[in-house]
Amino acid sequence: MAGIAQLDAIQLRQMLRSGQISSLELIDALLEQYAAWEPRVGAFLNFRPDQARDQARELDRRRAAGADPGLLAGLPVSIKDILCTVDYPTTCGSRILRDYRSPFDATVVARIRRAGGIVFGKTNLDEFAMGSSTENSALAVTRNPWNVAHVPGGSSGGAAASVSAGICPLAIGTDTGGSIRQPAAFCGISGLKPTYGRVSRFGLVAFASSLDQAGPMARSVQELALLLQTIAGHDPRDATSAPNDVPNYSASVDEPLPGLRIGVVRDHFDAGLDPEVDAAVRDAIRVFQSLGAKVHEIELPNSRRAIATYYVIAPCEASSNLARYDGVHYGHRSSDRSRDDESPHESTRESTRESPLARLYCRSRAAGLGNEVKRRIMLGTYALSSGYYEAYYLQAMRVRRLIRDELLAAFQTVDLIVGPTTPAPAYRLGDKSNDPLSMYLEDLYTVSANLAGMPALSIPCGLSRGGLPIGLQMQAAPFAEELLLRAGAMYQGATDWHPRRPAA
Amino acid sequence: MALDREDVRRIAELARLELSQGELTTLTSQLTQIVGYVEQLQAIETEGVVPLAHALELTNVFREDQLEPGLPRDAALSNAPKHDGAYFLVPAVLGD
Repeated sequence: MAGIAQLDAIQLRQMLRSGQISSLELIDALLEQYAAWEPRVGAFLNFRPDQARDQARELDRRRAAGADPGLLAGLPVSIKDILCTVDYPTTCGSRILRDYRSPFDATVVARIRRAGGIVFGKTNLDEFAMGSSTENSALAVTRNPWNVAHVPGGSSGGAAASVSAGICPLAIGTDTGGSIRQPAAFCGISGLKPTYGRVSRFGLVAFASSLDQAGPMARSVQELALLLQTIAGHDPRDATSAPNDVPNYSASVDEPLPGLRIGVVRDHFDAGLDPEVDAAVRDAIRVFQSLGAKVHEIELPNSRRAIATYYVIAPCEASSNLARYDGVHYGHRSSDRSRDDESPHESTRESTRESPLARLYCRSRAAGLGNEVKRRIMLGTYALSSGYYEAYYLQAMRVRRLIRDELLAAFQTVDLIVGPTTPAPAYRLGDKSNDPLSMYLEDLYTVSANLAGMPALSIPCGLSRGGLPIGLQMQAAPFAEELLLRAGAMYQGATDWHPRRPAA
Repeated sequence: MALDREDVRRIAELARLELSQGELTTLTSQLTQIVGYVEQLQAIETEGVVPLAHALELTNVFREDQLEPGLPRDAALSNAPKHDGAYFLVPAVLGD
């Protein structure tokens, strides 16, 4: 059947439920998209068409036998390769986990399967989700479907590219400092970072535990609502998951919000903002005004420190979390022998007094981890070390509270904060890969939501003259996902940026 | 604050990372640059502000103390680079 691959998950779900198409027909149509796009884009680290077809056949058989097809009814979902899956390797884009096979599914993955979803490949990412371009993947290169000379964003770059290229309608990404929203913006799709705790982190390989959150990526907010519905909710296996009830996002998403109060932060439109992004975001704000929203200019002075705060807290948590990669329990293991010819790395150890076990740790980690990961482990180790802990880590946690309280106060007077997702559209591969600090500054607009644990959405709001997508970020108070999705649907109902696809 | 090679060497030891001479040079300048950037936090007045470790500030999450199936031993060992079927194997830790 021609054209199936062009339909969105909402239409496809109806057709699957009514029996108009089978899950296997859908998978086969998407495998044609995969064949056409994947060689150019490289969204996936592991992709098993036969496995997807087997799962589709099984779902079709159960549906034919009268079973409830579930919320996802046979829809495929690509999974960022930092969420554990029993039927695929889970590499985190790292050499150290290249061959790792998880003995369990992440709760997000288990929920997708229980809802009749099909795991449609594992997508590429910056190693351990550390990066904003997917160039830090140790295993593969991913390109932007709109222009393959440009990065897809990151760290959920493979996830964003898989949806943007039309290989699958739904994707799961993760967001620690903007890693769902920024690639969604760069690839012209929608992506939601839920409130911290809204979605279980069980089986999400930890980067920064107090910031990490998994969330849905798709073309439209209706599709985000469907996927969020599937994955949200308390999980006894994640003590930090929130006990709050899960609203029916899909039922309310198309109800417009009267009298919406929109906050606009003057700082977001500083000189650093690309003029085309500036113009597209201002147009988007005017669309909201035409739909009855009132705009309020607000100030968030503490948020100016968000990047500095984030780049203390995230590396500190990372240095602790990544201590588990020791060459003993799982992952790459290097030799512990002290023969000089085995190691070019003589400088940081005194091999005479070092134990073979310490040598095993140091060498396994040196060989298995990439430069950005080492940099962040080093930064975190420094900030947590004796004599510096108070000045860096404790101070950053104090500023984090100031940032959170300032946002909570802002949401007393406005419903949403709207602005650009990124300072500019997608840059070219290689442009920033040798300058870590300038890469970090890319996260300018996105990290506050992680530090404050609040939900934030990015939706497409324009195209640059060079044909690259522009993203609009919308932030809201904790657990206001329903409000975010409804406001996003108002915008997408009045505009036609989100259905656009890159030229084949 | 500028970091020197000796600082970076000491941090690498704490982090259990072996670094080449080249990595040591690159990281010394990159960490100096990044630490210089995050030092802006020192200028913020935070007297009396309680550190925020966790946005939800959930405390005392309890569950029933019931026995549940855990990860079977063979599954726990299945990714280990070296094991003997019962234990993870490491090089000898105590002296010869």
